[in-house]
Amino acid sequence: MELDSKIPEGPLAEKWSRHKFGLKLVNPANKRKYDIIVVGTGLAGASAAASLAELGYNVKAFTFHDSARRAHSIAAQGGINAAKNYQNDGDSVFRLFYDTIKGGDYRAREGNVYRLAEVSVNIIDQCVAQGVPFAREYGGLLANRSFGGAQVSRTFYARGQTGQQLLLGAYHALSRQVANGKVKLITRTEMLDVIVVDGKARGIVTRNLLTGAIESHSAHAVLLCTGGYGNVFYLSTNAMNSNVTAAWRAHKKGAYFSNPCYTQIHPTCIPVKGDYQSKLTLMSESLRNDGRVWVPKNQQDAEKIRKGQMKANDIPEDARDYFLERRYPSFGNLVPRDVASRNAKYVCDEGRGVAPTGLAVYLDFADAIKRDGRKTIEAKYGNLFEMYEKIVGDNPYETPMMIYPAVHYTMGGLWVDYNLMTSVPGLYALGEANFSDHGANRLGASALMQGLADGYFVIPYTVGDYLATIGPGDKVAVDHPAFKEAEQRVHDMNNRLLSIKGSKTVDEYHKALGHIMWDYCGMSRNAEGLKKAKKMIQDLRAEFWQNVRVLGTNEEMNQSLEHAGRVADFLELGELMVDDALHREESCGGHFREEYQTEEGEALRDDANFTYVAAWEYTGDNKPEVLHKEELVFENVKLTQRSYK
Amino acid sequence: MKITLKVWRQKNSNTPGKLVEYQLDNISPDMSFLEMFDVLNGELTKKGEEIIAFDHDCREGICGSCSMYINGRAHGPQTGSTTCQLHMRSFNDGDTIIVEPWRARAFPVIKDLMVDRTAFDRVAQAGGYISVNTGSAPDANEIPVPREIADTAMDAAQCIACGACVAACKNASAMLYVAAKVSHFAVLPQGQAERTMRAERMVAQMDAEGFGACSFTGACSVECPKSISLDHIARLNREYLGAKLTSNNLQG
Ligand code: SF4
Ligand code: FES
Repeated sequence: MELDSKIPEGPLAEKWSRHKFGLKLVNPANKRKYDIIVVGTGLAGASAAASLAELGYNVKAFTFHDSARRAHSIAAQGGINAAKNYQNDGDSVFRLFYDTIKGGDYRAREGNVYRLAEVSVNIIDQCVAQGVPFAREYGGLLANRSFGGAQVSRTFYARGQTGQQLLLGAYHALSRQVANGKVKLITRTEMLDVIVVDGKARGIVTRNLLTGAIESHSAHAVLLCTGGYGNVFYLSTNAMNSNVTAAWRAHKKGAYFSNPCYTQIHPTCIPVKGDYQSKLTLMSESLRNDGRVWVPKNQQDAEKIRKGQMKANDIPEDARDYFLERRYPSFGNLVPRDVASRNAKYVCDEGRGVAPTGLAVYLDFADAIKRDGRKTIEAKYGNLFEMYEKIVGDNPYETPMMIYPAVHYTMGGLWVDYNLMTSVPGLYALGEANFSDHGANRLGASALMQGLADGYFVIPYTVGDYLATIGPGDKVAVDHPAFKEAEQRVHDMNNRLLSIKGSKTVDEYHKALGHIMWDYCGMSRNAEGLKKAKKMIQDLRAEFWQNVRVLGTNEEMNQSLEHAGRVADFLELGELMVDDALHREESCGGHFREEYQTEEGEALRDDANFTYVAAWEYTGDNKPEVLHKEELVFENVKLTQRSYK
Repeated sequence: MKITLKVWRQKNSNTPGKLVEYQLDNISPDMSFLEMFDVLNGELTKKGEEIIAFDHDCREGICGSCSMYINGRAHGPQTGSTTCQLHMRSFNDGDTIIVEPWRARAFPVIKDLMVDRTAFDRVAQAGGYISVNTGSAPDANEIPVPREIADTAMDAAQCIACGACVAACKNASAMLYVAAKVSHFAVLPQGQAERTMRAERMVAQMDAEGFGACSFTGACSVECPKSISLDHIARLNREYLGAKLTSNNLQG
């Protein structure tokens, strides 16, 4: 199949308005004749479901949580970007567009990113009208901060809980439509297959997590708003239940998967403590504004710290290596996420890491406290310091914090065109589930922006064009054999998982996969390691299907069975990530191939050969996937090498 | 650390449940309370016993999923935190810990430690929103909101809908949750148009769900992981009374 991105013609700033004008409209009286399925109720899903219901469509919204408000968007801390230029500091739609394209290391589409920047301003208006309690100045106007090294203050925030407040805004809008009867909300239900008939998406098959009932739902269009796949690494900042299953099963039904190797590793997370660790906690990026990152200069000191024979404060100033300040004199501790993460890994690989595991570096506030006083630091970071103390049991006002990078976000996802439609007509992907706007690296405070842009301001227009084209009669009922067959497949898969009765738990396989991914397809990769990882994943997958132990039955609440299905999908995705990382013989953003770096050890892109989106096509179980390329065209920005020296 | 756990096991809502005892010998004080359950569930699986069901997701105190009643306290002994933020260093070697689900008529047990909290969502659907369709909003800075007002709204809006307030209340009242939601909107200029209707409808739904009456003992606020203040309950009472006096909609 030809990949048509459907980027509209015309000047960058006019593309979206021209496109909107060109889209077909569904007559208001006809909207109620269309059914739309929305899977996932995070920022993208809840905003899409609410907005489409407001327009008059019949929406069925699904979540595997008990409540729509528990989706993992709720955990985003920092903020949301918007090109409002309220601070009069020179921000503009073009600047936000430019920063996002550059931050993504020139691996995103100009047209999409410009639209994102353009609608960012509407998002803030919408959220404020919904009652989102953004931070305010004393005059009552909205406050902004600069975030993630941006040179303008364009980030809107609600304390350290911006994701929570934005999601609640969308949840409230959704709740109103549930009350109006325009959204049927189906909770504790997981999507396990997409139905494609005559080349169009026709509905989904789900499992009721309370009863185990496998059910079919038909619709004119299906929207996947199911988040990212960071949990393929087992340990990540994602929530425990975040998974790739909906996206992956759609992929197996014909939706191409793009750039799976683009994963974001966040530099400031609380380090791993032990084998029992179940998830990692992010400490906001803002800490790097005042904290200084260091490790001991020599291995002996580091070793003594690891063994508990020395403490951080015993290391004299001249025996400390402030490695970010040393290597990047102009950006220092504020280098971008990928650069900070990689450097922490290097010093730990050299045996200079702290904490008993050797996988941690210090983030030290002693100088900031001396300079500004404890009060000031407390006002800025009090809640973060408290959170750290709760988890680690150390007081960061007295001993430096320990941090280590952790998987945080996945830029890759289902391939979508400008209309957010996947390669399967009628099947859409929104938010983190798609690949579209962040290129090879996402900027801080841009994930919330994209989720809401897709849901509030893009899909309500673009889905109408498709629906108007097919007409209300073009729908397949749930008694169609395609639904019955899919239900059967889901039953068969679950029964197979339950009948293996092997000796290892699902968790053990998930952890093993996570280790492989982290070691060979994590912060830095090389061909040899990736090849090894591919084999290891194949073996692990084969073993999983022979030796996993899932107890209980399908016909009841069964958390082990849920987890097993998700891990089975991760075991397939992991291999595709490795393939993608192996084929991309360059370094860009979150994808760092050790073979491709500048003399200073920075990511070295190969624009001549890799300025494209990789879109992978599934061709059958255990068969190699087929690579399609969508060339990226840059007409408005010049590709440059990032430098933070 | 060695820990004795007594955990509520209940197959489903129709079957009676009971406390079952488990011994754990190898618990690290750095483990989180839920990680201890992961370890236990791993051991149970190996032994061929069904794992203990419990709700959890973010494990960083924000999604509101986790909900364990630990040694007689909602979310356990640590104040201002959720079950997932509790670590084993809050306990002593050799302790016996009793873990039960939230107990409330409006929160029926689904399985083991998992309860049905959809009543909260239905209360939100009854009026916990500002009616504004996508695309119809004025510029975000058109209506200034004084900082103290925004702060008060945020204090209330921080509620994570965990239900600890209900579990901690001897009457299983949902007043703190409802009050937080009503307050959040009632103080903001954007929330004024629907103010009276909102309070009335949400309180009516709360009653219909079978939550108990509020006798203002304050147990809810003490156990609330977000330390939502009782002031919001006072505000809800004023809102509700005001609504009763001014509204045309006098039933309920
Ligand atoms: S008010 Fe507090 S205890 Fe009650 S649901 Fe909200 S966060 Fe939980
Ligand atoms: S698991 Fe999310 S609040 Fe505890």
